[in-house]
Amino acid sequence: MDTSLPEPKLSTLYQELILDHYRRPRNKGSLEGPTHAVSLTNPLCGDEIDLQLRVDGDVIREARFIGRGCSISQASASMMTQLLKDKPVPQALALAERMTAMMHGDEAAARDKSLGDLRALAGVSKFPVRIKCALLPWNALTDAVKSS
Amino acid sequence: MLDAARIRADFPLLEQQENGHRLVYLDNAATTQKPEAVLAAVADYYRTTNANVHRGAYSLAIRATEAYEAARAKVAGFVNAWAPEGVVFTRGTTEALNLVAGSYGRANVRAGDTVVVTAMDHHSNLVPWQILCQEKGATLRMVELTDDGRIDLSDFGRALERRPKIVAFPFVSNALGTVNPAAQLARLAHAVGAAVVVDGAQSTPHLNVDVQLLDCDFYALSGHKMLAPMGSGALVAKPALLEAMPPYHGGGEMISRVWDDHATYNKIPHKFEAGTPNVEGAVGLAAAVDYLEAIGLERIAEHEQALAQVAIDKLTQIDGVTVYGPRDHRAGVVSFTYGDIHPHDIATILDQDGVCIRAGHHCAQPLMRRLNVPATARASFYLYNGRDDVDALAGSLVKAGALFGYVPA
Repeated sequence: MDTSLPEPKLSTLYQELILDHYRRPRNKGSLEGPTHAVSLTNPLCGDEIDLQLRVDGDVIREARFIGRGCSISQASASMMTQLLKDKPVPQALALAERMTAMMHGDEAAARDKSLGDLRALAGVSKFPVRIKCALLPWNALTDAVKSS
Repeated sequence: MLDAARIRADFPLLEQQENGHRLVYLDNAATTQKPEAVLAAVADYYRTTNANVHRGAYSLAIRATEAYEAARAKVAGFVNAWAPEGVVFTRGTTEALNLVAGSYGRANVRAGDTVVVTAMDHHSNLVPWQILCQEKGATLRMVELTDDGRIDLSDFGRALERRPKIVAFPFVSNALGTVNPAAQLARLAHAVGAAVVVDGAQSTPHLNVDVQLLDCDFYALSGHKMLAPMGSGALVAKPALLEAMPPYHGGGEMISRVWDDHATYNKIPHKFEAGTPNVEGAVGLAAAVDYLEAIGLERIAEHEQALAQVAIDKLTQIDGVTVYGPRDHRAGVVSFTYGDIHPHDIATILDQDGVCIRAGHHCAQPLMRRLNVPATARASFYLYNGRDDVDALAGSLVKAGALFGYVPA
């Protein structure tokens, strides 16, 4: 077996940006006085996320998370919490929809600059069992803002 | 060691390619592939013998019943059951354990009693006891493990001081591969008057099992982990215990006479087999037993243990890999982690090379908490795996390491 050249699909999946967010997650920890909090798990692999938001009026002022899981779920959470800062809730929900579309192979969504760093996760769409990992924090976000 | 390449030729699925590579199937603790002999037995049953069992007065139904009961006798012989009527066909180990908890447990465990389990039990030998203890107001006592992943015998002794009604443990750990001293544990538990329940899901396919030598009271097994169809399995029990137990499920087959407001029940094992049984599963299980016996369980155990040792030696040579579980007394299960690469990522990367391993908590979350890991990667071997499969595993792991910036040793 040739182990010298990683598959192009794999190199796309495990980009440096993703590994960087996995190893140095941004906004990891808990918020003081969150207005919204949701815990989700992916029972298939045990990925866990506790997402906390501080929403002021209609604007997400801060988002932090505590999570355990694979590089995809943790990088997605880290990038998401960065992107959500100072976003109005409707815009955050629209981003969740764009992210979901990108995970299901929507190429226009994968070019959408509004997703920022998260576009690095576009390669996940080629690995159907991993889509749930990338969407776990986004599902937590949707649950959090819709439950209030 | 066995000639794995030759055995592999009996398994049609193993001939296929996965992601452009030879399929390297190393998830045998989850389920096993099926040899042509089992597939043919199931197809042949439907082509020549299918009818509902224990009902029809016609020759075809009699043949179906004979095939079903012959399968029972075959399974009884395979594990040296106390009697064929002590073999209750179930959907697998999970249903068998739920049957014991739901019938024997409900009839015998009362408020203030204790049920003992271990920290290495699969959720299927834990959650049914949790449910029972919650319902009865009984105490569930979990026995701790040693650092190298064995049942801590001194803690086991302390748990027995509570004079538990039931003691449940796995013969072989699905997550660590530990082979427990089952006969010794059963003897200790019997000495304090407990009924002994052994989860045999991981031992029956891989070891020469003799339930009378173990001297347990209940032994649960799954067919699909030993080359047989999914949805086949059995509870093997001492007949006198089954006789005294209340029914588990109500329905056809399990009754003797039915009135408007009550019923009397059939004799064992039929009392516990309500509804039309999985006859194809039983027939397939019997064919699997024939296949395994023709090779010999001692040889299979030897092969897998040798393969696991080769795997452990190769994996521990990779800088950053940690292998869990004891050094000896282990079956062909190798649980490991690799640096900070999450097991789920490892599984995805290996899959690209056609290497199938399990990543996750292996239905043993209390054990994962004790190992202080959220999950492990697990390679588990069977008779059709060879050294080439271990080489593929190790080669692909090095690739995973490279993607995450680890330098091969």
